[in-house]
Amino acid sequence: MSEYFHSVRLTPERCKGCVNCIKRCPTEAIRIRGGKARITEARCIDCGECIRRCVNRAKTAVTDSLGDLKNYEYNVALPAPSLYSQFSADVPANVVLCGLMQLGFDEVFEVALGAEIVSDATVEYLKRPEAKKPAISSACPAVVRLVQVKFPELIDNLIPLEAPVEVAARLVRGIRCRELGIAPEAIGVWFITPCPAKMTAVKQPLGAEKSSVTGAIGISQIYGDLLKAVAAVPRDANCQRATARGVGWALSGGETAAATAANSLVVDEIHNVSEVLEQVALGKIKVDFIEALACSGGCIGGPLMVENRFVAEHRMQQRLARMRAEDEAHGAAPAKYHSDSSLTEYDRTIEPRPIMRLDEDIFRAMYKVEQMEKTLKKLPGLDCGSCGSPNCKALAEDIVQGEAVETDCIFKLRERVRDLAQEMVGLAAKLPPSLEEREES
Amino acid sequence: MNPEQGIVLDYALKGGDFDTAGEASSKIKRILQQIGVRSDVIRRIAISSYEAEMNVIIHAYSGVLKASIYPDRTELVVEDEGPGIADIDLAMQEGYSTAPDHIREMGFGAGMGLPNMARCSDEFSINSVAGEGTKIKILIRHS
Repeated sequence: MSEYFHSVRLTPERCKGCVNCIKRCPTEAIRIRGGKARITEARCIDCGECIRRCVNRAKTAVTDSLGDLKNYEYNVALPAPSLYSQFSADVPANVVLCGLMQLGFDEVFEVALGAEIVSDATVEYLKRPEAKKPAISSACPAVVRLVQVKFPELIDNLIPLEAPVEVAARLVRGIRCRELGIAPEAIGVWFITPCPAKMTAVKQPLGAEKSSVTGAIGISQIYGDLLKAVAAVPRDANCQRATARGVGWALSGGETAAATAANSLVVDEIHNVSEVLEQVALGKIKVDFIEALACSGGCIGGPLMVENRFVAEHRMQQRLARMRAEDEAHGAAPAKYHSDSSLTEYDRTIEPRPIMRLDEDIFRAMYKVEQMEKTLKKLPGLDCGSCGSPNCKALAEDIVQGEAVETDCIFKLRERVRDLAQEMVGLAAKLPPSLEEREES
Repeated sequence: MNPEQGIVLDYALKGGDFDTAGEASSKIKRILQQIGVRSDVIRRIAISSYEAEMNVIIHAYSGVLKASIYPDRTELVVEDEGPGIADIDLAMQEGYSTAPDHIREMGFGAGMGLPNMARCSDEFSINSVAGEGTKIKILIRHS
């Protein structure tokens, strides 16, 4: 299944084969085989939940590094709005951005600006009569992938608009190509990302044929260098343009507020999202707009963040309160790129990637379902994970698919050993007729 | 598996048991996904079975939800012991509901259950005897 690029990877030396990641994976994509976690790529949605859960730090996200900048003539950093949450609200946003410049970028362009444009496009989209309700935001790539694999019936509900980072990349790449007169390939556009899902979205775009983003660099990866750089930046430096409306996207609920969607529902954390989408599929949720985010608290809770998610949220709230006051004082400058709808339009449709079906042939699939139900009844139902599958149900599925055997279950194995042992005792008591003492007849 | 036999799933339902409400339909849905039935068809079956399941939990004392899944179709039969429906034509109207206030406050009983089931199914039949119970049969083709 190498057709999918995934950012989430395993460092085998660190993996102890424990069951923490397999039990929390929302798509049951991980199995322990040969003492190591193995990700089934077709099922992985790059939510990063396993990175968060791994106590041995064996799960990581592959991101690009600052060293990759040297391959480009001109480099632009696209910091996610959530980056600001990693700093105290006393450190102004423009200081953080200028610090970023010192890491080797020629320019910093805030993704929050892209978020403002997407907010406007969302407002317009929700007004369209053909928009399928509830319209589900496609800003979080892990949520889009969750819909592809687990809720293919909801694909039409996804809002066909590009994510803010893609919009920001298209915009800045276009502007610099024209102004600097250099080839698009010579411009490196780097997303400073809170999560692996965005990394995967860059390498394997969900909507657009090809991403305008060159690569993604994890926030945790550059955090140390950035801290030092920020300390050296004069406080009056200025390269900030985005307003609180765009920056607010970093928090769960920020997108809804920016799109002024009245009848809306906000859900964060991937398992919660899954439960809500289940209800949407049943037609139970009568809202116009759903903001769904894979990480608890929104992007500030991303697996590539450094700060504790609640601390980050607090800092972000404080920063936003100050920014709103400033925006009001200065008269928040409306972004001037909004008229260009090509910035936000999806280039292609999102394909379903159903993972549940057991067989291409419906008869064989039905046979497998029956076998699976029978097998499941025989398993202990403890969901301990010791077999390497996340729960008994998943083991039953792995068994019918020929990827596991019943004695992979340690309780079934123990039963077999006990039966064998009893049989041995029984056999040991037996003697051949030649040795057997018989009563004289 | 004998194709004409299909896969038969039986679920006992208990009136007023909101703790387990929806479990039977989500199990049915999971199995349909494993079989590989088209997702828009699964959605119709899931909505029908969910509405049927909720009807028993909201209105009846007890009941059974039976799903028979064949390669080309799914049949749902829901039979309950309960108050029955006095006027079926009225109950089939969108928005008509006999659900008590405390049920409506929970967001159920909007009077969409039966119309939803009928809309999602290819064949739909309902029999009810006031004071005894209700039996609903639903057929949904997979193609």
